[in-house]
Amino acid sequence: MQYVAAKTADEAVALLAGHSGMARVLAGGTDLLVQLKSGMVEPDLVVDIKRIPGMRDITPEAGGFRVGAAVSGAELGEHAGVCAMWPGVVEGFNLIGSTQVQGRATMAGNLCNASPAGDAVPSLVAAGATVRVQGPNGTRDVPILEIPAGPGRTTLAKGEIVTSIFLPGRPDRASDAYLRFIPRTEMDIAVASAGVSLVLGSDGTVESARVALGAVAPTILLAEEAAKVITGTRLDDETLARMATACEAICKPIDDKRGTVEFRTRTAGVLAKRAARIAYDRAGAKA
Amino acid sequence: MALDAYQKREFKQVGTRPNRPDGVDKVTGRAMYGADVTAPGMLHAKVLRSPHAHARIRSIDTSAAEALPGVKAVVTSADFGVPEDAFLLDVQDHCMAREKALYDGHAVAAVAATSIAAAKAALKLIKVDYEVLPHVTDLDEAMKPGAPVVQAGRAFENVPAGMSENVTHHCEFGHGDLEAGFAKADHVIERSFKTAATHQGYIEPNACLASVTADGKADLWVCTQGQFFYRTLCSAILGMEASQLRVTASEIGGGFGGKTMVYMEPVALALSRKAGRPVKLVLTRDEVFRATGPTVSSSMDIKIGMTKDGRITAAQARLRYSGGAFHCGTVDFGAQAAFAAYDLDAVRSLGWNVMTNRPKESAYRAPGAPLSIYAVESVVDELCQHFGLDPLEVRLKNAADKGTKSSYGPTFDQIGLKATLEAAKAHPHYAAPLGPNQGRGLSCGFWFNFGGNTCVSLSVNTDGTVGVTEGNPDIGGSRASISLMAAEELGIPYDKIRTIVADTSSLGYNDVTDGSRVTFAVGLATIKAARDAIKKMCSRAAKIWGIDEDAVEWVDGAAVPAGPNAGKFPPMTLAEIAAVSAETGGPICGHHEVNADGAGVSFGVHLCDIEVDPETGATKVLRYTVFQDAGKAVHPSYVEGQMQGGAVQGIGWALNEEYIYGADGKLQNPGFLDYRIPVASDLPMIDTVILEIPNPGHPYGVRGVGETGIVPPLAAIANAVSRAVGVRMTELPMSPPKLQKALAEKG
Repeated sequence: MQYVAAKTADEAVALLAGHSGMARVLAGGTDLLVQLKSGMVEPDLVVDIKRIPGMRDITPEAGGFRVGAAVSGAELGEHAGVCAMWPGVVEGFNLIGSTQVQGRATMAGNLCNASPAGDAVPSLVAAGATVRVQGPNGTRDVPILEIPAGPGRTTLAKGEIVTSIFLPGRPDRASDAYLRFIPRTEMDIAVASAGVSLVLGSDGTVESARVALGAVAPTILLAEEAAKVITGTRLDDETLARMATACEAICKPIDDKRGTVEFRTRTAGVLAKRAARIAYDRAGAKA
Repeated sequence: MALDAYQKREFKQVGTRPNRPDGVDKVTGRAMYGADVTAPGMLHAKVLRSPHAHARIRSIDTSAAEALPGVKAVVTSADFGVPEDAFLLDVQDHCMAREKALYDGHAVAAVAATSIAAAKAALKLIKVDYEVLPHVTDLDEAMKPGAPVVQAGRAFENVPAGMSENVTHHCEFGHGDLEAGFAKADHVIERSFKTAATHQGYIEPNACLASVTADGKADLWVCTQGQFFYRTLCSAILGMEASQLRVTASEIGGGFGGKTMVYMEPVALALSRKAGRPVKLVLTRDEVFRATGPTVSSSMDIKIGMTKDGRITAAQARLRYSGGAFHCGTVDFGAQAAFAAYDLDAVRSLGWNVMTNRPKESAYRAPGAPLSIYAVESVVDELCQHFGLDPLEVRLKNAADKGTKSSYGPTFDQIGLKATLEAAKAHPHYAAPLGPNQGRGLSCGFWFNFGGNTCVSLSVNTDGTVGVTEGNPDIGGSRASISLMAAEELGIPYDKIRTIVADTSSLGYNDVTDGSRVTFAVGLATIKAARDAIKKMCSRAAKIWGIDEDAVEWVDGAAVPAGPNAGKFPPMTLAEIAAVSAETGGPICGHHEVNADGAGVSFGVHLCDIEVDPETGATKVLRYTVFQDAGKAVHPSYVEGQMQGGAVQGIGWALNEEYIYGADGKLQNPGFLDYRIPVASDLPMIDTVILEIPNPGHPYGVRGVGETGIVPPLAAIANAVSRAVGVRMTELPMSPPKLQKALAEKG
């Protein structure tokens, strides 16, 4: 196995594009190293991108933030600006693994690992984040939702890498939240999850919302009907019940060792309404 | 009264909490665990495991693996004999499949090579020709006529005719007229229960270093709960004399019963013998789950009758346990323990062992008891709910006591059950208020405890310090407890004593560290070894003083002239006698050997408060209190640790831990990600209340405390859930999907 710590994104792209065997990108390595150790993958080439200048930077941009592909959970969690504007994104990302894992794990890695249960992804989908992708044919910006193709698969072409994730700016009366269900309290993988981002109008009703569900389909789902249900409301119990039903309606989970179809479906709805309530309270508190 | 029986005394050191002797090494990372031993020229071993749940092995071609550079030896079952003894053959077959692979993960070959990478590469070159056979992993399915037969011809004669060949073993305990008893009841409840197999979940994976020399001598350094038993098994399997195999136990990172059985140690020895070099074999976590441990899985029917004022009139248990692909007698323990907490006129427990395509069961803290007692305590609780009776009062009303003929035969001597129940009743926890969706549950627990073969040597050093040499790996603080008992008896400070765990060539046979036996039996032997040394020291002092040795007493760590000689000579301390020992007859040592009886049964009561999230089915443990009789707590911090650890493992069993098999017969969750032991943030502080009802069979009144603690949590949590949200969970684990479904069905 060949290991290369690329010095530039161009070098990383050239290496990956020109390689004929199995290649893997290493950012934090918290998925890849585990897969290597257990013999799940045996790549011929590993390209480390975290030493590329800019990869570990968080930069204000257009009222929002651009987060480099190798920024760790611990680094994002210490960034006051991101925490204030996108607390749901930060809390989702920071749920991954242990304190030690948080020192390494990256959102871009969680996205490209393409597990439907990735904790960093639903909040990014709810946030309407975009991904900057660099490849042999140049650079493009892609909505988060378009990156995962299915469990373990992405839409990235050969030679393409994620270089950053952009979190857009937003009004003051807005916030987000993320909840996942795990059978214990930490060190686990989501059995179902929900990220909700919303903006409040001046009258205290929800002006706009985005709802994303995790671990209930081959990829993260954008729950548009659920978002529509809560728009224009103050999240009364009856609205939240309808929101949960709307979430359940789009779930297409599997039965496995972590949970049944029935459990995942019902729990996704429960988490969505609870996350909506938290996001609503956070947004209201800012006003 | 026999000298070794309990005598009331004022303790000076027993009952205090000195620093643990293994603490510094463990927190600095210096402790030598199983994988930490290395030797010059050492090879690394890897094991090839069956990907099939059940398959006949037609042939194994190892030639390509043997030809790979770096590979020094490959072994299969052909490198072992076929022992006549059925138990030994099972142990060997479990370590290395002979004619059939009996479960997913069953070892079929092993390689020793100069690097781990070469050993792994060699595994891929071994060609095994399998004939895949139908499999069965569920024990109820395995009992049905026509189920795939795991091993033919293994049923004992007492198994009733007409049952599946997978049923290997039957047992029955009890007394009295059941029919008449049920007729006297105002209400009878019958319920069926199922529990999943769990793993001991020790953090240190099994590891060993084996070295067999050309002249047939061998050494094995290994993480084990019993170096002597490992010697017995390995020497018999390898065809060696016991004296030629020395087994040294490493520091141990958890065992809980799971390291009382060999899994790959005979394989490492066989590889070393073939390669002529030392061989290290360290299992991965995946291998630990697939091929070591687990407990039995179970399926049980319980029937109990009760009068409206809470008296149990009759009780019956029908227990079906599966110990995997081999013979297993654990159901006996389950059947004997099921009703041990109750004083009953009519009681019967029936048990069957069923073979399934799963790994061979190993002991896990109170093996067999948590399951049957979970089922019994659930039904007792449901009867209390039916009549609106206080569950503690009902247990007190029916509690076994001194003189009770137990459900499994013996009549109890002094036991602590009623005192434990009274302590729980009087504790503020029992009366604390509860909120919505919260419930309080309780359960009794029981374990037999064990004594067994024990041998201790105690040396008095010339500088006035003392070494204690014992033969039981320290898995729960025994070195501290043994040092404390030696210090108490000798009358010298705790820090003047160092206790070590010796290899198999240094002492007589010691039974495995199991049955909560070590503080009891090794403690007893240590006290008597100290008394032996004291007798010798008194004799030396008598010699110096020129008086009769019977006229010398041992008081507060010194020989004192007594009787007509009292006051004639100043006392001689242990250090003073030791300093001149070369002039008075040479080194001073004490010894004791015993097959100890009188371990004294152990009872406990657990109280727990839980809260159920009614929408997700998640159960959170809010408050937990353990009440347990320790006889005498020698080092109370360790006793509390045992009670807390047992409770936590029981909580894991109740809520999330389970072996999950797919339709393909493969284990779905061989790792700590999906085999969910509780993490620290899942738990409240586990409070403990130690009761001390002296065990008449131990000089200091000690009872074993290591196992009872895992027994009550299963029912305590199920009972709390029932009282919180009104659903009775009869299958373990009560994982969120199951509880959410039960709540939805209840509406």
